[in-house]
Amino acid sequence: MNHIKVVEGSEAVALAVKACRPQVISAYPISPQTHIVEWLAKMIADGELETEYVRVESEFSAASVISGASATASRSYTASSSQGLLLMTEVLYASAGLRLPFVITGVNRALSAPISIQVDHQDTISLRDSGVIQFYVESSQEVYDTHIAAFKVAEDQGILLPVMVCMDGWILTHSYERVSFMEQGEVDSFLPPFQPVNFLDVNDPKTWGSYAEDDVLMEFKYAIHEAMQYAKGRIKEIFSELAMVTGRDHGGLIEAYRTEGAEMILMAMGSMVGTVKEAVDDLRSEGKKVGLVKIRCYRPFPFEDIWNAIRGAKVVGVMEANFSMGSEGAVGMDLKAKLCGRPDAPLVLDFIAGLGGREVNKKTIGQIVQKAEEVLNSGLPLHEPHWVDLNPAILP
Amino acid sequence: MNITLGAVVKGGTSLDYKTGSWRDQRPVIHEDLCKACGQCEMVCPDSAVYVKDEIYVIDYDYCKGCGLCAYECPTEAIEMVPEEK
Amino acid sequence: MIVSLQQITRKEALFVSGHRACHGCGMALAVRHILKATGKNVIVVTPTGCLETFASPYGYSPWRVPWIHHLFENAPSIASGVAAALKAQGRDSVRVLVIAGDGSTFDIGFGAISGMLERGDDVLYICTDNGAYMNTGGQRSGASPTYSSTTTDPAGRESLGKTQMMKDLPAIVAAHGAPYVATASVAFLKNLQKKVKRAMKSSGPRYLQIDTPCPSGWGFPPERTLEIGRIGIDCGLVPIFEMENGKITSTRKIKKKIPVTDYLKAQARFKHLFADDRGQAELHEIQAIADRNIEKYALLRESGNK
Repeated sequence: MNHIKVVEGSEAVALAVKACRPQVISAYPISPQTHIVEWLAKMIADGELETEYVRVESEFSAASVISGASATASRSYTASSSQGLLLMTEVLYASAGLRLPFVITGVNRALSAPISIQVDHQDTISLRDSGVIQFYVESSQEVYDTHIAAFKVAEDQGILLPVMVCMDGWILTHSYERVSFMEQGEVDSFLPPFQPVNFLDVNDPKTWGSYAEDDVLMEFKYAIHEAMQYAKGRIKEIFSELAMVTGRDHGGLIEAYRTEGAEMILMAMGSMVGTVKEAVDDLRSEGKKVGLVKIRCYRPFPFEDIWNAIRGAKVVGVMEANFSMGSEGAVGMDLKAKLCGRPDAPLVLDFIAGLGGREVNKKTIGQIVQKAEEVLNSGLPLHEPHWVDLNPAILP
Repeated sequence: MNITLGAVVKGGTSLDYKTGSWRDQRPVIHEDLCKACGQCEMVCPDSAVYVKDEIYVIDYDYCKGCGLCAYECPTEAIEMVPEEK
Repeated sequence: MIVSLQQITRKEALFVSGHRACHGCGMALAVRHILKATGKNVIVVTPTGCLETFASPYGYSPWRVPWIHHLFENAPSIASGVAAALKAQGRDSVRVLVIAGDGSTFDIGFGAISGMLERGDDVLYICTDNGAYMNTGGQRSGASPTYSSTTTDPAGRESLGKTQMMKDLPAIVAAHGAPYVATASVAFLKNLQKKVKRAMKSSGPRYLQIDTPCPSGWGFPPERTLEIGRIGIDCGLVPIFEMENGKITSTRKIKKKIPVTDYLKAQARFKHLFADDRGQAELHEIQAIADRNIEKYALLRESGNK
């Protein structure tokens, strides 16, 4: 029996984390993540959450503390954003390599320099090579449900990797939405206590963190890749299992929205998806055959599910709030790489939108759709990424 | 050797690697001079000195021939001799 | 796996043979005695460095206690996490130990150790100090002694090596309010064990810095590791003491003071100070450092005392 409350997105995260009974939490504040860790601190101070909360001196230490805790068989959690996530980068790569499961909320915020606290996805996208599983959410309800699933995914004995739940800063963390909460008993049944495969045990002393010569390192890395491939199926199972309990189905690795018979498919992640869905509805009512693929799980990259949704379309317009300097948007690159060589692949156009918090609204989406139509009609390919709403007048 | 999950290795497995092959000189304990004070066992960085039947013995499987035992022996009961190949 | 005599006769050893430390390694010797003193109910965290490298090639581990190596600069935070997990699980009898080199402790992990100390986490942090990033060939660290030659601050026609003072980590740790801060040396192994045992009796953040002479890096024959340690202590450059709650509670007295040149001449890393006329002023400076230590820690026996 769910109960419903209007809460700030950050509080929804804190309540999800609390329900999962972490034994160790460690986080360093950074806007716009701060409210999450403040909610958790208040819950502890009021005796509502029993956990060891380690107040660290940097994000590097925050990620390290929960890595040590995970290695000692404790379920652990942290959160960060932007510069803080980058500071954690080394730790996240190492913990993925050591197969240490934990959950981290990646509150999306632009990266310096220049410094900005507005939302885009550059920060979490920069971690895409690390071996950390990444989910991107659209709403506060999804953020609550996904955190609970995230612990189960991380701790799955065939996965054992850190899982990052990415949520847009300010837009989701600081706005208020109706969220439906699970009963503690339901969460406990869905998510039993952490059972690690390896842990630091005086009764069975093991050595963790050897150095690897060239005769084994590639295989260690391949093992992470294999775990991520396996994770694709398991993540879908876990999401379904949770959906059965809550009655809320956000989809699997992707959500295919009105893609049946679509000639043009937009692709997006994060909170902008909500706006894109509305735009798709408008376009459909105008008779345009447009659909949307929402990426929920970005790493591992869910190509098989994406392919099922986009095959038959003529063009895919990837909308993304990140850019790999010197090349193009990351999601566009991932998709083009997988489609390369397929004779029936749709055209992929990469649209860079929303960097540094620039608003992605229906007008923006309209421009993207128009551009995509132009390309289709003219037959002229658009190889270069298109920066939407760029203001060339202020460029030097 | 197969890889393990997270590169975890069982403790004590270094015993499979015989560092004795590193030696170019070896310690020889002259029992007539040895007082059994235990200093050699204390100072060996490689745990290559041990007690067997109340006598101090060098474990040549692992002794690297650093010479600390001989240098620190208070009765000069340990002699470093060139390693025979 | 071949079963050696060691496994049968010395089952209780917690740091066994077969590790790949250099001949005569002071650090390996220190680790043997640290674990003899702690016993088996410890989880050990080691950052990247000599110890991590020689004691964890994949498939060959000398550690008979649970041991984790994560990164170079986060051993204190990993240890804080281990301690937090043990606390959350109510496992009081298992203690947490960091065994870290000077590169990690004095330099890249400095922020993390400060955080660990400030929080008061229940970790015994042991720094095995060989005065440089020895694992990678001997680059300079904040612990390198003044006028030592290291590969990134070498002696040359225009230089006599490192000009900065060695960071006073024990004082910095004590300034954080750590209840137990001590220095020790492999020159006096029973004393080292005693200090570890004493540190294990209390809780909160505790720090022990062990002088671990390095034959390969300092340039002396491997059989002289303990002797170099003794000379360092007896000239005053390596003060050995204990501090509890900020007050000095014990010092190792120097029976007969010897000049710093005895210590410096015995090591290749200082040989440039004797090569020509140039090193004279620097030798005086180093003697002054030793004299300041002797005064600060009252290292000389007063006349008439045994």
